[in-house]
Amino acid sequence: MAGHDLQTDPNARWLSLPGLLPVAIAAALFAMLWPYLGPISAGETLRFVWEWVPSLGISLSFLIDGLSLTFGLLITGIGALVFLYASKYLQGHVHFARFMLFLTLFMLSMLGLVLADNLLTLFVFWELTTITSYLLIGFDHATAKARRSALQALLLTGAGALALLAGIILIGTAAGTFELSEIRAQGNVLQEHALYLPILILVLIGCFTKSAQFPLHFWLPNAMAAPTPVSAYLHSATMVKAGVYLLARMHPNLGGTEVWLWTLTIFGAITAVFASVMALKQTDLKQALAYTTLMALGTLTLFLAADIGYAITAAMTFLVVHSLYKAALFLVVGIIDHGTGSRDVYKLGGLARAMPITTAAAGIAALSMAGFPPFIGFISKEIKYAGALAVQSEPYLVAGAALLANALMVAVAGIVSFSPFWRRKHLAEDLNPHEAPWQMWVGPVILASLGAFFGIFPDSLAVALVNPGVAAILGPEAEPAALKLWAGINVPLFLSLATFALGIAIYIYRRPLRDRLIAMGERAISFDRGWDHVLDGLKASAAWQTRVIQSGVLRRYLFITFATLFVGVGGTILARGGFSVTLEWPDLLVKHYVVIALIVAGAMLTLTTSSRVAAIAGLGGVGIGVALIFIIFGAPDVAITQLLVETLVVVLFGVAALKLPRLDPSGRKTHRPLDALLAVGVGVVVTAVMLMVTAGPLDRRLTDYFEATSWPEAFGRNIVNVILVDFRALDTFGEIAVVVIAALGAYALLKGRSPEEKQ
Amino acid sequence: MNSIILLAATRLLVPLLLVFSVFMLLRGHNVPGGGFIGGLIGATGFVVYAIACGTDLARQALRVPPEKIAMVGLGIALFAGVMAAFFGDIFFTGQWLFIGETEDDKGLPLSSVLVFDVGVYLVVLGSILTLAFALEESI
Repeated sequence: MAGHDLQTDPNARWLSLPGLLPVAIAAALFAMLWPYLGPISAGETLRFVWEWVPSLGISLSFLIDGLSLTFGLLITGIGALVFLYASKYLQGHVHFARFMLFLTLFMLSMLGLVLADNLLTLFVFWELTTITSYLLIGFDHATAKARRSALQALLLTGAGALALLAGIILIGTAAGTFELSEIRAQGNVLQEHALYLPILILVLIGCFTKSAQFPLHFWLPNAMAAPTPVSAYLHSATMVKAGVYLLARMHPNLGGTEVWLWTLTIFGAITAVFASVMALKQTDLKQALAYTTLMALGTLTLFLAADIGYAITAAMTFLVVHSLYKAALFLVVGIIDHGTGSRDVYKLGGLARAMPITTAAAGIAALSMAGFPPFIGFISKEIKYAGALAVQSEPYLVAGAALLANALMVAVAGIVSFSPFWRRKHLAEDLNPHEAPWQMWVGPVILASLGAFFGIFPDSLAVALVNPGVAAILGPEAEPAALKLWAGINVPLFLSLATFALGIAIYIYRRPLRDRLIAMGERAISFDRGWDHVLDGLKASAAWQTRVIQSGVLRRYLFITFATLFVGVGGTILARGGFSVTLEWPDLLVKHYVVIALIVAGAMLTLTTSSRVAAIAGLGGVGIGVALIFIIFGAPDVAITQLLVETLVVVLFGVAALKLPRLDPSGRKTHRPLDALLAVGVGVVVTAVMLMVTAGPLDRRLTDYFEATSWPEAFGRNIVNVILVDFRALDTFGEIAVVVIAALGAYALLKGRSPEEKQ
Repeated sequence: MNSIILLAATRLLVPLLLVFSVFMLLRGHNVPGGGFIGGLIGATGFVVYAIACGTDLARQALRVPPEKIAMVGLGIALFAGVMAAFFGDIFFTGQWLFIGETEDDKGLPLSSVLVFDVGVYLVVLGSILTLAFALEESI
């Protein structure tokens, strides 16, 4: 379980550009967003628009309202603290600069995601977070586990994003615009649209994969393979909250229906309860925190299901509260890992003396997490209970799920931040605990203190972030619930007391419970192993279809290609009502007969000879005949090209043929009848298509245009060349790029063989 | 290949083919020809030379590796397209300069279109020779 095996060099300077520039960027962005708090809490929303691809309705538009500002401040504020922490945590790492670059890119993508007003812009940022998080999770790329976890996160969230893209496009067709603010202004247009259900399902798949809702949750605990600052950042305020953010953002446009209410309630409740139970089972501190993150995501989904003020206030409050304490606790776990080299709950104990500051920060954050007064976590929990009892779906179900999850949260808070510091136990000999440097403890201290500050002054949080956020989701006329430390003696208070009692009981009996859970887990189905089976199946089917299709035999490739042509074209002709052209024998001149005779003679020679050189020369004869046809019908450029290509092909094949064995007439006979049948079939079908095409009137619009404009506009009399290099230069550019790629590919195949193969 | 007839013919043919290829390239805008055809003719010249004297000598005569020629050609073609941007036009709009233009004579025309065609010429020449030399050397 030794997580601290990063190749760091303690002698490296801490003050370095790659270390401090990201901190400065994050702090500057935070400072830029801060002044908007005033106007936003006064009920304004701000919109910034730049045209991007106007023809597709895509604009680079950003919207600052209560919701996006809350997220923006969390992303940049926590970002600055995490980056500062990382600058010390990974100080002197070989790829330190790379790591900080990935983190910064991730922050910018995340910020773009929450600020975007255009759905397609949002999607671009959404995918950027997928890619940057892939790079971050797989940062320790030398270990197989990190690579697997990164790929798993990429594939799962990437697949979800595809569904989301489809959903966004459907929204665009249904609402006629991709601007969220415009869709919002249209009222219930999406809820009443015929495509509502498909849109909802696709968008929910995207959100649920990103925010790791059951049963697509398993990538998130695996993503803990990343260095601790990544976990602290991605799993507290950012990456996984992106799905929750989109749920909140789409709430006015997709929410308020029975389907929305029940889907979110059920998935959220299952995720929350399942994750809290799993969190109890973990012995690795980081894994335990990862599952509590899942629980938080489930809870947020659960409360976003409803559309009443209490529930949404609960969601918005919990969003902020969770980001604060979860980032703090992840950073604390990183400090423990850094200071002792272990994250195993059984090995750790009595760290309070060696790490006083960390202990204090961990304690405050954990009290907020467990929901003790006077911390903001307590208020958040009270609001959650009040919200749960007011939901339209099933108050007892929601309240029960919240109660169970919160009780387990109390227990996990004890496991993570009480037991390692205060439990009377001598550390294993090899652990040598020491306090972290200030760059590392300053983040947890600030975040934990904020939890206490907001607890004592809940109005500051309510006015600045929560109320504008609720207004952004439910509309300005919505009534947010008041955040109060003492709300009187009421049902939520009793539920709180029950939570504490249950939570402390679970904490005391955690060991037998954990053993029981681990024993149960061995028999239960594992989603993670299921994922492996899916991937293995995919690989096996890829190998199978490669074996079938890519046989490596040139004759078979050609046969399949031409058979496809025959069936495809022939089938199309039949489907379109068959071949119906009246044929007339054309007036042919002597030169036409000569060309026909040349082509037929060349074809016959190719078919009958047993010499490869003669066969190729025969094919060349056919090619020259075709070139002559081009000349007769006035296309000299095409004819010259055809002639030259034929010449080169004959020369190159001739070179190759010298080394090949003679054609074996007996070997060819076995499949000859079938080949001949196919050849005749293709010939007949292509001839039929040509006759049908030439029977109708030709569309001369393009020809006329090029004839008329070639000289006056492009200063060229050779229309073919003018088209190639001027009118259609971009096409030509693409084609010559293909030529280069093909040549390099063939070169690699010819030259790339190993010396043994050449023998 | 040791053939006196081919060697003697090569001495005559190769220079002719190369000159002819440039001629076809330059006249292409108004009469049959152009970068593609020119490149094919030029490639034929070097392929004939390689068959007669071997690829080592042919590579020496070419001086630059053919795959480099192809890629430089692609770069030149791209540059010709980008040139339009410097004059405020859309990508790949032809840019023309007429030297010594009078009332009834356009003078000597120079254009980004010609630069593009030179790129095409080099791509075709380089790609075919990459392929041909590798093929001849591998057997």
